[in-house]
Amino acid sequence: MVTTSEVAVESEIEELTDKRPFMSQLREFGRKQPLGSIGLIIVLVMIFASVFAPILTPYDPEANAFEFMLTPPNLDFLLGTDQFGRDILSRIIYGARTALFVGFTAAFIGATIGLVLGVASAFFGGKFDLIFQRVMDVFMAFPLIILALAVVSIFGTGVQNVIIAITIPFIPRCARVVRSSALAIREIPYIDAARANGFSNSRIIMRHMVPNVMAPFLIMITAFVGQAILLEASLSYLGLGVQEPVPAWGLMLQGGAEEYVESAPWVAIWPGVAISLAVFGFNLFGDAVRDTLDPKLRSQ
Amino acid sequence: MKFPSLKFVVPLAAGLALSFGMAGTASAQKRGGILNFVVGSKIPSYDGHIEGTFGMIHPIRPFYSTLIRVNPDNPQSPTDFICDLCVGDVPKGEDGFTKYVFKIREDVKFHDGTPLTADDITATYKKIIFPPEGIASARKAFFKMVDSVESTGKYEVTFKLKFPSGSFIPSVAMPFNFVYSKKDLDEKGYTWHKANINGTGAFTFVQHQPGSFVEGKKYAGYHHMGADGKPKPYLDGYKAISAPKMALRLQAIRGDRAAIEFRGFPPKARDDLVKALGDKITVQESDWNCALFATPNQRRKPFDDARVRKALSLALDRWGGSKYLSQIAIVKTVGGVVFPNHPLAATKEELVKLAGFGTDVKANRKEARRLLKEAGAENLKMVFNNRGVDQPYKVVGTWLIDQWKQIGVEAEQQVNPSPVFYAKLRKKSDFDVSIDFNCQSVVNPIADVTKFLGSAGNNYGGYKDDVLEKIYDRLLRAGTEKEQRVIMREFETRALSDQVHMIPTLWWYKINPHRSYVKGWKIAPSHYLNQSLDQIWLDK
Repeated sequence: MVTTSEVAVESEIEELTDKRPFMSQLREFGRKQPLGSIGLIIVLVMIFASVFAPILTPYDPEANAFEFMLTPPNLDFLLGTDQFGRDILSRIIYGARTALFVGFTAAFIGATIGLVLGVASAFFGGKFDLIFQRVMDVFMAFPLIILALAVVSIFGTGVQNVIIAITIPFIPRCARVVRSSALAIREIPYIDAARANGFSNSRIIMRHMVPNVMAPFLIMITAFVGQAILLEASLSYLGLGVQEPVPAWGLMLQGGAEEYVESAPWVAIWPGVAISLAVFGFNLFGDAVRDTLDPKLRSQ
Repeated sequence: MKFPSLKFVVPLAAGLALSFGMAGTASAQKRGGILNFVVGSKIPSYDGHIEGTFGMIHPIRPFYSTLIRVNPDNPQSPTDFICDLCVGDVPKGEDGFTKYVFKIREDVKFHDGTPLTADDITATYKKIIFPPEGIASARKAFFKMVDSVESTGKYEVTFKLKFPSGSFIPSVAMPFNFVYSKKDLDEKGYTWHKANINGTGAFTFVQHQPGSFVEGKKYAGYHHMGADGKPKPYLDGYKAISAPKMALRLQAIRGDRAAIEFRGFPPKARDDLVKALGDKITVQESDWNCALFATPNQRRKPFDDARVRKALSLALDRWGGSKYLSQIAIVKTVGGVVFPNHPLAATKEELVKLAGFGTDVKANRKEARRLLKEAGAENLKMVFNNRGVDQPYKVVGTWLIDQWKQIGVEAEQQVNPSPVFYAKLRKKSDFDVSIDFNCQSVVNPIADVTKFLGSAGNNYGGYKDDVLEKIYDRLLRAGTEKEQRVIMREFETRALSDQVHMIPTLWWYKINPHRSYVKGWKIAPSHYLNQSLDQIWLDK
């Protein structure tokens, strides 16, 4: 007899191992997920901008040029300049690097640690699972930004510490979701077979369980990137994230935007637009990935 | 009808007008109300003897009195001092200006009810001037001329000096010299005041919610009388609201959640407030006895090498920086070690002879690169420790990093909240180069320049320069202003140009826009002065 969970897992595996050409899959994704496609385009534009920033930017994003301070958008400075005379367009493009670096790194590390811990918790069960989940409950009781603020206040400011601060709150969130999938997989006979063959716990977890919870893992990662970008911007805005003169969107809002929002609104508007677009793009894309990989939603 | 003689009428009219005028002045002050003001920095500790930040002085100073103080009605004057806890005029000095006898008020009580006597003043100044081993005193170096301080009666304190010094009285008038109770010092220890408050000021401590506000209420037993013949203060209380972000402070005044910020806003903020609120805002402006520096940590390589320090100074375009930074930050004037425009300050002709003050920026930077190469510090990478306060630290910090980049030095800025920033400077000495400032209260150049001495409690450079110490000793003993001026140039050249112990940026410029209903407060050339709040009243 085949259980429901087995069907679901097999279906997910089939989806993940779809052998159709990439472009064909992409076209189908675009057709089925038009909003997700817009999100994907935004994400790709961000990645392109950050990779080719030195070619795309007309000016050094960190160089002061006071003779051009607070210049409104014009043909020389398409998005205007800030109070140090720095080109806002160049800083936005380079800011994408900071956002993506922090976003992807924090999301990947946080989700990966959460993945391993979530699967381990489900696999071992019993007291380990009980205690581990209560610890996760404690972490999840704090809103993301509060926990990140606490971590930054302990470790200090700077890119590395911001990544740590954002990574830590992601771990329990991913672990909780992955654990629920792993609990179903733990009951499938091939896990019993692996045990009967005398495989070690770590081998069963890493080789037989983890690959089968990749769908929720990928969904979590895409959702986390958007959140991480927003968190990084929030921390930088509060003066606790990356520091001047590093181009970062939240920092651009913090630096001069508050002081010059009335007389030079472009200083505040463009970084705000960049943050909104990036988070919007990643959220749309994440939702589309979830819809594509989730068998229940897919069948609807 | 015969008119009375003009000889009689004119003086009578003038007398009546004066009388009515005086009566009008005397009754002008209104009593009551709570003064809300915003403070842009946190409180590292409550102890005035070790702190040097407005983050402490603005919320805490109203709880304390000092022996003498700058006249709150004439704070721009560097010589107008009046008694606070003493009686009568500030003593002129006896025995060839080597002895100062202060008569102490007999009607003063600490907030805990303990009567104030000369012993409290003596114990306070002994703590400041001769602190025991392990007890910090930020202004110890200001009192190098003091030989002894003793109670010579229950209400009489005598200071004896080793040599006459014009900087003695201004040093005594510094607002950080909170008078503590001897009983507290003896029984609770010399560090008790870091976290506890018991003063004789116009306000008593109510509460401190860290990161939020400090609240004080009127002290009914305060010793100064108001213009209406009743005891000061005029206010019922005050609330010092913590607001680290400038935009927040600005909006607080704009929305009337706070009436004033005592430190200062940049020109742009002033213009915005005036534009939005018109005559509801009053603006007071002044030169500021405050200079911003970058201090290299000479305990670390390669900053122990004067060539590297000199290169960092040569990289700065101070004249260009002044032109532009003054539009976005509370800095303006290019200067040396002395408050600009003071008779002892360097002229522009004298300044341009100092390393990094020359107007040929390209030549300066070429020399800087050469020095770095010679010192083996090409492509230097360093961490620049900055304070988490927008104005002017972070703005000038961003400018400094750009300037250094132009000689190939890569600086990563690390911004820390005030307590962490100070801990890095004082306890841990954990920095490469740090933002630093010489913000003094009373304009007193001979005392103010002690900041540059490696032996000073508020010097964080970690160096010992015997030559500079000897120059300063000569400066202290210089009898005439002409002589002081010559020695001051020697001191300046040694500190800023030859050894470059500290890298000067720009002097500050103070702009205080405030709600027009705040009366009785006059801007001083320092944001530390005139903060007892006992003369402020609200015209609501």
